[in-house]
Amino acid sequence: MSATRPLVEVRDLVKRFPVRRGLLQRLKGEVRAVDGVSFDLHPGECFGLVGESGSGKTTLGRCLVRLLDPDAGGILFDGIDLLALKGEALRRERRRFQMVFQDPYGSLNPRMRVGRMLSEPLAVHDLVPPDERQARVARLLEQVGLSPDAASRFPHAFSGGQRQRIGIARALATEPDLLVADEPVSALDVSVQAQIVNLLARLQDELGLTQVFIAHDLAVVEHIAHRVAVMYLGRIVELADRDTLFASPQHPYTVSLLSAVPVPEVERRQDRIVLPGDLPSPMSPPSGCPFHPRCPIARPRCAQERPVLEPTQKGGVAACFYPGELAAPAVRGLEL
Amino acid sequence: MSQASPDATTAGATTAGATASDAAAPASRAAERSLLRVEDLSVVFPGTAGPIPVVRRASFSVAPGEMVGLVGESGSGKSLTALSILGLVPAPGRITSGRVLFEGRDLLSLAERELRAYRGARIAIVFQEPATALNPVFTIGFQIAEAVRAHRRVSRKQAREEAAELLERVAIPDPRQRLDDYPHQLSGGQRQRAMIAMALAGGPDLLLADEPTTALDVTIQAQILDLLARLREELGLAVLLITHDLAVVAETCERVVVMYAGEVVEESPARDLFHRPAHPYTRGLLSAQPRLGAHVERGHLEAIPGTVPDPASLPAGCPFHPRCAERMPVCDQRAPELYEVAAGVWARCFLHDPERGADSAPGEPGP
Repeated sequence: MSATRPLVEVRDLVKRFPVRRGLLQRLKGEVRAVDGVSFDLHPGECFGLVGESGSGKTTLGRCLVRLLDPDAGGILFDGIDLLALKGEALRRERRRFQMVFQDPYGSLNPRMRVGRMLSEPLAVHDLVPPDERQARVARLLEQVGLSPDAASRFPHAFSGGQRQRIGIARALATEPDLLVADEPVSALDVSVQAQIVNLLARLQDELGLTQVFIAHDLAVVEHIAHRVAVMYLGRIVELADRDTLFASPQHPYTVSLLSAVPVPEVERRQDRIVLPGDLPSPMSPPSGCPFHPRCPIARPRCAQERPVLEPTQKGGVAACFYPGELAAPAVRGLEL
Repeated sequence: MSQASPDATTAGATTAGATASDAAAPASRAAERSLLRVEDLSVVFPGTAGPIPVVRRASFSVAPGEMVGLVGESGSGKSLTALSILGLVPAPGRITSGRVLFEGRDLLSLAERELRAYRGARIAIVFQEPATALNPVFTIGFQIAEAVRAHRRVSRKQAREEAAELLERVAIPDPRQRLDDYPHQLSGGQRQRAMIAMALAGGPDLLLADEPTTALDVTIQAQILDLLARLREELGLAVLLITHDLAVVAETCERVVVMYAGEVVEESPARDLFHRPAHPYTRGLLSAQPRLGAHVERGHLEAIPGTVPDPASLPAGCPFHPRCAERMPVCDQRAPELYEVAAGVWARCFLHDPERGADSAPGEPGP
């Protein structure tokens, strides 16, 4: 995969939000939601982005599709400087990167029939002549496993899982190159989650899409991503191939995160690292390594210097002075 | 998960085996051992086309000090079942049948005033979203002290002192400083700890925990689950953990009650449930649950087809039959009862109907 030119190159991306408080809304500081993030997306890959709330993963996803304007850094999309695009040029390029949102209830216009919802992007981007749009809508619905007569109904007639299928169909309508799926299954029941994960994987492969799959659920990400980046307080702390990351996590945060995931097996109750404390406020991140106050293996150096992403022995990169030192307590293996 | 082996695993697995039973099988009921026994509970909501059954003849029990998982997806009726226990079914919902026996006394027969002697003092509840369950305009300390004073006549000073002790018990750092914090000043995990502290104020014997970790990040969830386990041990607290997450149940519970479309479809000791799920729905849920390190081919998660049925228009027969991989001709004809599969293991599925003959021996290979 690395031989081909990346579809997307993200460099030192920064997105800050001002924090205002009080009656006069005085500026009290800022949150660096994304704090210097760099990575490439290769054509056809699924890039998993995981982290807890406040890690910046959603903000990063929104910057990638220009729903938010980053404050610094760059995004090259297929060789085009995405952040320099404005007005009509940006609107034209938007066809090529689409987003699937978390909330299948809030992200669909309740007063718009599904058919119109799907044909509107076709008209806006002038992709399909008017007399062929209905057929294209029917094909889109079939692609996501819905019957063509869904086109004449309103969103409320559908269950959560079906609505998420509609959201995916809408994102695919413009035949994008990049799909950013932000927590696409976390609002769904477990029995339906698997359907949507499988659908996204299948569509990606069939259509040759590049996908960013954002989720807090590591097990879901393991089932769809080719590469995975772990975020903490606005930064990527570890990035590796899926198998490398899940089999031999190197950053102590990744190790702890993996061990905190409850496993549906009664034998594994004891094997857990319970991290102390909460995610620090992104308004005043800790000095040095942002993870050091919660890190089980933190040393004095960690409070003073900030580690940068460096290659690990396992083939990925991790931002830690002591990668691989925290052993994973039976995070995997142990199959019964 | 493998073949049925003689039930060596169930024997010493839990202290709960003795209490596991069902309303359909009065002979095996051991009410004297249970702290809470829900019998035949039904809850309906009015609908445009007649009453909508949201909980349908649910029965299960919780022994003193036991931790039981009540598991189900959205619309399964699990939360309403929990609210029914304290007489908190929101209007226009109404309980149409059943009993909620707490130490043998039917709470549903009590007047509102009498019920208050149980709420908080004997049975406490913790909700999913601590941000909305706490009052934003009062300090944490004030709210917990109020809870203390609601149950016992103590001075304000004494109540505040006890509030600090409760915060300490739920491992909130610097409890005395936190007393004067407002809910928004605490993190999500600390708010949930504060909620648990408030629930403990009345010294309850049973804690109903309704999705207590669902809104929390996974590292914080691990902390709260640890806390619940510790409180059980220290206080001998029984816990009914209501959740959609089977993995959380596997981590914490001794016994599991699975609900689907308003009914209890399986009740088993945790060990049995995770090794040999008896109901096809439980099997489906377990295989649909993505697992770390499961080495499943990308995009090949096992899914349960279809969606959870709308309680207003339930399928005929077994409500799970349209989604069931092991559907038989009888399944859309009649509704199955709960059948005893093994000691303490009950499943609402014709596969386990003894009258259907030996073709359906308990403990088919798991998924």
